[in-house]
Amino acid sequence: MEHLVKEELTFRDFETDQDVRWCPGCGDYAILKAVQKTLPEIGKKKEDIVFISGIGCSSRFPYYIESYGFHTIHGRAPAVASGVKLANPNLSVWQVTGDGDALAIGGNHYIHALRRNIDINILLFNNEIYGLTKGQFSPTSKTGIKTQSSPQGTVDRSFNPGKLALGAEASFFARVIDIEPKKMTEVFAQAEKFKGTSLIEILQNCIIFNDKVFANVTAKDVKLDRQVWLEHGKPMIFGADQNKGLVLNGFKLEVVTIGENGITEADILVHDAYEQDNTLHNLLICMSAPEFPVAFGIIRQVETPSFNDAIWNQIDESKKAPKVNSVDELMNSGVTWEID
Amino acid sequence: MSKTIEELDEVVIKFAGDSGDGMQLTGTQFSNTAAFIGNDLATFPDFPAEIRAPQGTVAGVSGFKIQFGNKQIFSPGDEADILIAMNPAALKANLDWIKERGTIIIDSDNFKVKDFEKAQFTSNPLEDGTLDGFNVIEAPITKLTKDSVADFDIENKSRSRSKNMFALGIVYWLFSRPLEITENFLDAKFKSKPEIANANKAALKAGYNYALTVELLPSAYKVKAATLPKGKYRSITGNTATAWGLMAASERADLDIFLGTYPITPASDILHELSKYKNFNIVTLQAEDEIAGICASIGASFAGSLAVTSTSGPGLALKGEAIGLAMMTELPIVIIDVQRGGPSTGLPTKTEQSDLLQAVYGRNGESPVIVIAASTPSNCFDYAYMAAKLAVEHMTPVILLSDGFIANGAEPWKIKSVGEMPTVEPAFVNENDTDWNVYKRNEEKLNRKWATPGMKGFEHRIGGLEKEAITGNVSYDPNNHEEMVNVRAEKVKRVANFIPELEVEGDKSADVLVVGWGGTYGGLHTAVSALTDQGKSIARVHFNFINPLPKNTAEIFANFKTIIVCELNSGQFIKLLRSELPQFNYLQYNKVQGLPFSKGELMNKFEQLIEA
Repeated sequence: MEHLVKEELTFRDFETDQDVRWCPGCGDYAILKAVQKTLPEIGKKKEDIVFISGIGCSSRFPYYIESYGFHTIHGRAPAVASGVKLANPNLSVWQVTGDGDALAIGGNHYIHALRRNIDINILLFNNEIYGLTKGQFSPTSKTGIKTQSSPQGTVDRSFNPGKLALGAEASFFARVIDIEPKKMTEVFAQAEKFKGTSLIEILQNCIIFNDKVFANVTAKDVKLDRQVWLEHGKPMIFGADQNKGLVLNGFKLEVVTIGENGITEADILVHDAYEQDNTLHNLLICMSAPEFPVAFGIIRQVETPSFNDAIWNQIDESKKAPKVNSVDELMNSGVTWEID
Repeated sequence: MSKTIEELDEVVIKFAGDSGDGMQLTGTQFSNTAAFIGNDLATFPDFPAEIRAPQGTVAGVSGFKIQFGNKQIFSPGDEADILIAMNPAALKANLDWIKERGTIIIDSDNFKVKDFEKAQFTSNPLEDGTLDGFNVIEAPITKLTKDSVADFDIENKSRSRSKNMFALGIVYWLFSRPLEITENFLDAKFKSKPEIANANKAALKAGYNYALTVELLPSAYKVKAATLPKGKYRSITGNTATAWGLMAASERADLDIFLGTYPITPASDILHELSKYKNFNIVTLQAEDEIAGICASIGASFAGSLAVTSTSGPGLALKGEAIGLAMMTELPIVIIDVQRGGPSTGLPTKTEQSDLLQAVYGRNGESPVIVIAASTPSNCFDYAYMAAKLAVEHMTPVILLSDGFIANGAEPWKIKSVGEMPTVEPAFVNENDTDWNVYKRNEEKLNRKWATPGMKGFEHRIGGLEKEAITGNVSYDPNNHEEMVNVRAEKVKRVANFIPELEVEGDKSADVLVVGWGGTYGGLHTAVSALTDQGKSIARVHFNFINPLPKNTAEIFANFKTIIVCELNSGQFIKLLRSELPQFNYLQYNKVQGLPFSKGELMNKFEQLIEA
């Protein structure tokens, strides 16, 4: 099924002639570049790659990728992407979405795509704000944030896209950040390989309406202490001095320092992205600064049969002993009678 | 006493009982047997929205009406010649719908005080004169059924369940029908539970023998086979015909069907039918909601499938924005709306034609789509086929209107073959086309060409934003927008060059022209034919193509002094005609009761018009 590429593609092959119209300094530029750098590496022909988006700043993305693209309607991209993938499972299907598109108007399609585990890659640009409609709060905006539509501060509670995804039985969840291009490329390539719904939350800075919303995690002076990059099979160690780690204390995670209170590297949790039980993945996803580092990298990656494979297996199965072999045969089956 | 046999031309039978009594199955069995014998027929299942509405109440009555005869039958008829009432509620619900001196067969075991009170009779209708003038046959159906299955090893509570088969046995005797069709059906249905099959067969036979023996019935009837065109026939419902029409088009076009949908009454049977035949590469997605259903189909259309979504009125409302997207991106998709009583949740199991304006206009912006309507259970096949053909040849959404009446109704269908249907030629781009562009158009039809992911060299982006003519790049240019709006409208208008012209039935120089569309065909045909037979000056046209209208519509209307538009809504098609063809005067006849037209009411109305 895999079509291996004969001629070498480079990131330039995925650039279109369209002017990119995001605000100068927008985090989306870096994500676009990271995707363009990933695509030549995934072993797919250009014409077998499809980008589907909904509505929002991020959803302009398909216009800037030289392949097949479809800029659809608000919130519905998971459904459109599902149709594309089911109709032609050979395609590499990517959905580009934002926190409003995926989690507010498209929340229903988001959870059901994850529940089914259809083999698409979802790039969720989370900037905790509505950009294209000019600065209203989103479902991921922190409570109390003052925006155009919440001059006194929001009273809405926010939710965590990853936690929601696990609730919907997601089999692949990763988190990256727009200022780490190399990490993005690595994670995107892994996501593409994964046979099932790959959800990548990208913390993305909106320079106009929510600038520096992730600064408490990304600022140079704190970033090493407030980010833990997880790799399957590796201990969960982080910090400027690489001496901090995560341990379980009862049902809760705890940050410890190696060398203090008798803690050694052997006490630190080792990341198991393949664990079926998502309890620990959930704890990792929910960590927030400053008490905890924010977890990045592939947090969950559990092989689960994909929806598209299951659907097409049923189709193949039904061909082995078909009830009828043609529409004519069907129409002439059952109780019929002749009138002379 | 020997059985006297009276010969009849056409008969209307109504089976009525509690919604758990199996009346739909009983009616369907009678219909299949009648069809097998060669009668023409039309059926009308009529049931509550609740799966098991409160037992014994009028609200819980499930009915199945069938008209069959020795000539062509176009409607399930008005009043019943024979009513089978399994309880007082079934009697109450149908009292106004029995012919004078009609026959009523009653399960007398269900007429105790609490039974008739539940049906809101104040006294026993079997004793208080309510049924004077009718030919009432009281049979202890429940008790006799239990007796007839006493020897079978089945659960006690199942023993009275076969009473519908006992009642069917009585009716089979009444019309000298063979039992085999139903016996075979029972064997197949209860293949893994032969004891249940045998108990039901015993009840069926017991009912037949009871009628034969007790001589309660004045005479048996004979309805000869109808003289239908030669050929091979089967019975078919509108929803099945719709599914098969799509499958036929898919085979002819060599396209895989993708159905993205959400269950909704009365459209779900289309999903059920298509999901049976996965071996034809049919993908059915039962989506999380109506919107996801159509959006997944739009994705599949982008990827090159014959994309379909099926729904009813409320679902069509939810799909509106997505239909606009398909219209804007000029992707083919068939949207089936099996109309039901509205607005809002309305009357889910009843029929109506009140989605017409929603189908034609119900979207934001200037967004014309093709709208066509099937008009009989069996021609759902032809119009579903046509919807698919027009969608993939003209690159546009097509809304196919059906309704609860024709979707659930059945009639004999002279089986078609895929080969006799017109060709379906999807507007795929030619792989060698070097001059292709996203919105470069075919000069005749104005459609763009379909290039699908996987085709090398045709990589492109589409979307809901306005696009520049030819290139398909995002464009906010005012003149370009107007040009695109106009070309999308013109594209749909030109479909008129590819659809059949309207045909007048009856006297082309008559005074009165009756206009109908969609599922009212049978009722209007029956009423107008009856008047024509009486020598009345009346003619009829029936629209299956709503947008665009057939090209010769104005030419036909110009020949008639009086035009009356009959619809099961408050007057929607007439609004469309008044805006499209304002030069004519239109009268209207409307009914919004969740019921089809009756022949009687139509004839009355038309007679008044003719005399005026």
